[in-house]
Order: sequence, then structure tokens, then C-alpha cells
Amino acid sequence: MTEHKDHLKVALLQVADDHLILGHRLSEWCGHAPMLEEDLSMPNMALDLIGQARHLYTYAAELEGLQRSEDDLAYLRTDREYTNCLLVERGNIDFAHTMLKQLYFAAYMKPFWQFVEGCSDNTLSAIAGKAVKEISYHIRHAGEWVIRLGDGTDESAERMHLAVETLHPYTEELFWIDEHRKICIDAGLLPAADVVRPQWDATISAVFEQAKLAIPEVTYPLLGGREGKHTEAFGYLLAELQYMQRAYPGAQW
Amino acid sequence: MSDEKMIPLWEVFIRPRNGLNHKHVGSLHAADGELALQAARDVYTRREEGNSIWVVRAEDILASDPDKSAENFDPAADKIYRHPSFYDIPDEVGHM
Repeated sequence: MTEHKDHLKVALLQVADDHLILGHRLSEWCGHAPMLEEDLSMPNMALDLIGQARHLYTYAAELEGLQRSEDDLAYLRTDREYTNCLLVERGNIDFAHTMLKQLYFAAYMKPFWQFVEGCSDNTLSAIAGKAVKEISYHIRHAGEWVIRLGDGTDESAERMHLAVETLHPYTEELFWIDEHRKICIDAGLLPAADVVRPQWDATISAVFEQAKLAIPEVTYPLLGGREGKHTEAFGYLLAELQYMQRAYPGAQW
Repeated sequence: MSDEKMIPLWEVFIRPRNGLNHKHVGSLHAADGELALQAARDVYTRREEGNSIWVVRAEDILASDPDKSAENFDPAADKIYRHPSFYDIPDEVGHM
């Protein structure tokens, strides 16, 4: 176990950053949803994601052994130190983009957590056991919306098609594997791409078929987040996310 | 609001625990049954209120006429023999 520690920390930070940033993005809808029911449901899912991020940051900090806290990792790193994939930092744009983004991510995380739940690391397995239930609901909720928007009115279908065209090239990065993750995969702690990919494909195909959407060919995958190279929007996101800790260092509530 | 005309109203019933009845807890708007169930989960079970949800289209519920309350319900008032309160319950039965 100890020989994987540093690599596992790097790999878990990628996953933690995905959850924090996607959860933050989703929380931006709070108070702005088209109806009250959805205004409760989206922050609900955002809280699931941020909760998962907290567990992952706490464990990553423990593996690191430098006395950093989950807050240090979440709020006090610079943009280049965040290794979330670009998909999760994309702006919400509209309801179609938002729900599709959630679906793409949840469809990836479900088989990821299912694998991790059975791994030999007890802490990871416990985090996964809780997360897999939450993420299964995210697939259902986002999936049902994608179906209804894709197979809805002319306007909703048009917005859904545009969202697919825009976001699909970002999905390739979900399956990114670097040397750190490779070592964790070989150690049986994290799933290999061929464990997760077929299930992701199956989930997306099933939803898209009902939503009357076609899966586009990706000729030019958009990558960079895992290496700390983010989009312009990311700076604005971090400015808001980190504001409290930057303005009032060490603030607690 | 025109949205509310398009999006139907649903009544939500939650069962707090196994063995208890579903109880009416409120209503919500949703485009169809599946979304109504999801919305009910998000709106009404946030604090572990239950383990089962029913949703029913509000327009499918038929209600008795409040103006007919007297003829509907008053006649039962003097038929106290319908309450099983005249029986002695044997101790072995325990709590009923």
C-alpha cells in the first residue's frame, strides 16, 4: 500500500477536483432553476458531489502527510495545480448543457465507484460505497432530462443537439490515464479504461437512443485539465470559489 | 403563469416506515410521472422522511363536495354502536 501512496494521492486529487468543480458549477443554478422542484434537485446533486470531493481531499491530504487539510486543497491552490478535466469546468450555458454535463460525468463515475468499492483499500471502498448510490441517482435524473429535452420541443431538441456537439469532445479526457493512475490501476485500486468505458458507452447510448440524439464522432478530443491547463472560464470560477478563504484566511463556519 | 398550465400538478404521498400508510405530504409540478417521482424524492425526502413515494395527478383526485358535508358525514354521528368500544379485549391480545 505505502508504495502507491504518492501516486494514489495524485490520482485522487484529479477525481476530487472533478467533483468539487462540477459541484460548484451546478451550485451556480441555486436560485435560478426554471422551477422550484429543480431548484432543490440541482443543489441536492451539487451537495452530493461536494461531499464526495471532501472525502477524497481528506484522504488525499492524509496520503500526502504534509498536514494540509481538505480546505487547503480545495481553496488554496492556484489554477495550474487543479487537475480536473475540462468538461466539469465548462459553463452551465443552459439547462441542456448542464444536464448533459452531469450525465456524461455520472455515467463515468458510476462504474468507477463500483470498481473502487471492491478494492483492497478500506477508506476508498467506504467512500465509493456511499458515492455509488448518489451517482446512480444523478444518472437517472440527468438522463431523464436529456431524454425529455432531446425528444421534446423543437427548441429543446435544438439546444440538446448543440450541447452534444459542444460537450462531447470533452468526454475523452474522462478516460485519461497518466503514470500515476496507471500505477493505481495496476495495484487494483482504480479501474482501467476498459472497465469503465464500455459501461459509459452503454449508458450514453441508451439515453441518446431515447432522446433521439446521435453520438458524434470526436476527431479532436479536448484535453488539458489533467495537466493543469484550463480554459479561461476556470479563473473566474476559482475567483468565486476561493473568495472567502482568500479574503479571510482560515475562516471557519 | 403559463408554465404552470403546461406542467401538471401532482400530489405526493410518502410512507415514513415499512408497515405505515402512505400519507399526503404536499404537491409539486412535473411534466410526467417519472419526473414527478424524482422531484418528490428531492423535495420531500431530504431529511429521511420516508422509504416509499406515490405520486398522483392532482386532476385525477375526486373530492367530496364541502357543501354536502352535512348529508355525507352527520348521519354517522349518532351511531356509536359502530365503534368497537363495547368489547373487552383479553389481556393476551396485548396492544391493539
